[in-house]
Amino acid sequence: MSEPLVTARNLRKSFGELVAVDDIDFEVRSGEVFGFLGPNGAGKSSTMRMIGSVSPVTSGELRVLGMDPAQDGARIRARLGVVPQEDNLDEELTVYENLLIYGRYFGLPKKVIDGRIDELLKFAQLDERRKSRVEPLSGGMKRRLTIARGLINSPELLLLDEPTTGLDPQARHLLWDRLYRLKREGVTLIITTHYMDEAEQLCDRLVIMDKGKIVAEGSPRELIEQHSTREVLELRFEVGTQEEHADKLRDLGTRIEILPDRVLVYTNDADHAFEEVHARGLVPESTVSRRATLEDVFLHLTGRSLVE
Amino acid sequence: MIGINLSHPARLIEASARVYRRTYRGSLVSTFFNPILFLLAMGVGLGKLVDSGSGDATLDIPYLTFLAPGLLAATAMTTGASDSAFPVMAGIKWRKSYDAVLATPIGVTDLVVGHLGWVGIRLVFVTLVYSAVMTVFGATTVVEGLLAIPPAVATGMAFAGIVTAYTARLKDEQGLSSLFRFGITPLFLFSGTFFPVTQLPGWLQPVAYATPLWHGVSLCRGLALGTEFEVNPLVSIGYLLALILLGMVLATRTMRKRLVK
Repeated sequence: MSEPLVTARNLRKSFGELVAVDDIDFEVRSGEVFGFLGPNGAGKSSTMRMIGSVSPVTSGELRVLGMDPAQDGARIRARLGVVPQEDNLDEELTVYENLLIYGRYFGLPKKVIDGRIDELLKFAQLDERRKSRVEPLSGGMKRRLTIARGLINSPELLLLDEPTTGLDPQARHLLWDRLYRLKREGVTLIITTHYMDEAEQLCDRLVIMDKGKIVAEGSPRELIEQHSTREVLELRFEVGTQEEHADKLRDLGTRIEILPDRVLVYTNDADHAFEEVHARGLVPESTVSRRATLEDVFLHLTGRSLVE
Repeated sequence: MIGINLSHPARLIEASARVYRRTYRGSLVSTFFNPILFLLAMGVGLGKLVDSGSGDATLDIPYLTFLAPGLLAATAMTTGASDSAFPVMAGIKWRKSYDAVLATPIGVTDLVVGHLGWVGIRLVFVTLVYSAVMTVFGATTVVEGLLAIPPAVATGMAFAGIVTAYTARLKDEQGLSSLFRFGITPLFLFSGTFFPVTQLPGWLQPVAYATPLWHGVSLCRGLALGTEFEVNPLVSIGYLLALILLGMVLATRTMRKRLVK
């Protein structure tokens, strides 16, 4: 196997007293889509900024493309693409000019950039907007332009910080499709997200971060297998009776969870569990039987309390 | 500052020029019409009043001639300051375009040098226009008008660096309006642009002599009018150059602190 593109050992980032990234270890391999999943404030963006070689490492070791960001920041950045959380395009300029200027920041000759812009505009489905100013474009278009901009230097590694936050479902699916294509072309992607479906859709491997630490690591499937059951039975009982019903269900799954409005039974066979519920004479107001998702893993590991 | 690759700031200047090509219309009015308006209102209008009154005795040259080179320096100051105030705030905070730049091989020092380099080019352009207007108004000759450009640009640059450093430390735009209200406007009015500093109350005169604008005005006036300088020009040149250098160092430091976290 080739050398990992990114290696972190005891990587730490603190801002004064606050420890944003707390001694984490991870590796990103060539050609994969690697995800950082976690609630707000988990340290995902801080980690991304360190990989992007714009934020100095507080302690620990970080190697990106075989180099040390503290020594070779500019050389690393020359081979990275970065898609920040907020689009920071030049809104007064046209779509084309945004890409041209960005390509020039990398020192690419205009001829080379022009060739790439043609490809990238097709890729981002923006070729008809080439001469439009950026400001009136939709959120989805701006996002795709920001991604296209991040690709102008043909990077080996593309960093995407919450790429689909704030987009409508159509725009998200289009974006996922584009990111898939990049992966097929051999670009290594690192994304942060707090959307479970996004992580499940895109990531080959991911780590779940909480309060600056990595709490789990693996493929979406592995994580579900390790930290959840295969299926989940959701039973909604009359308000105020969840506890008492739950007591009669405890043996049905490997774990049960009582929420204010329903009881979740974590089991490998939801249908069987459901038959048991009936056999015991319990009649829920409604029932949902579903496969376990990353969301179950995530909530199990990072807790249900709101982090703000 | 060591080993700076000049091609990096050049890329930023190129980008600024492209942005400018899109947005120059808005600033054309201030570049071309402000000097005309000011010279008309103050130089010609007010000047007539001054020249016909006791001003004649104090100045021994027409008021328009006295005013024009001072305004040249003052305009350079406002250009240098405002180009380093709102656009810098936009880059840091409103548009975050500096973050986009720093994600590329370009570093903070490149960014600051590129920004100041672009302001320098703008200053040359603005002062050239101004000097042409001055000449048309008959306030100076072509050669003398051109001679006054380098000290005017230096005045603008002295403010550009310091104001960039100041802006990089601001949380929000409130500090920018204070800068203009309590800094730039009083300087504009009391640094010898509109009247000789000797007209100020005695205790205020040393304050005026300490301002960078007064040194810029003194240099511009001396060169544009071929008259005696109010202070040894080498002192003024040294003062402005020292400020430019200080501004660059401070701007790089504060920008790094602000942008690299």
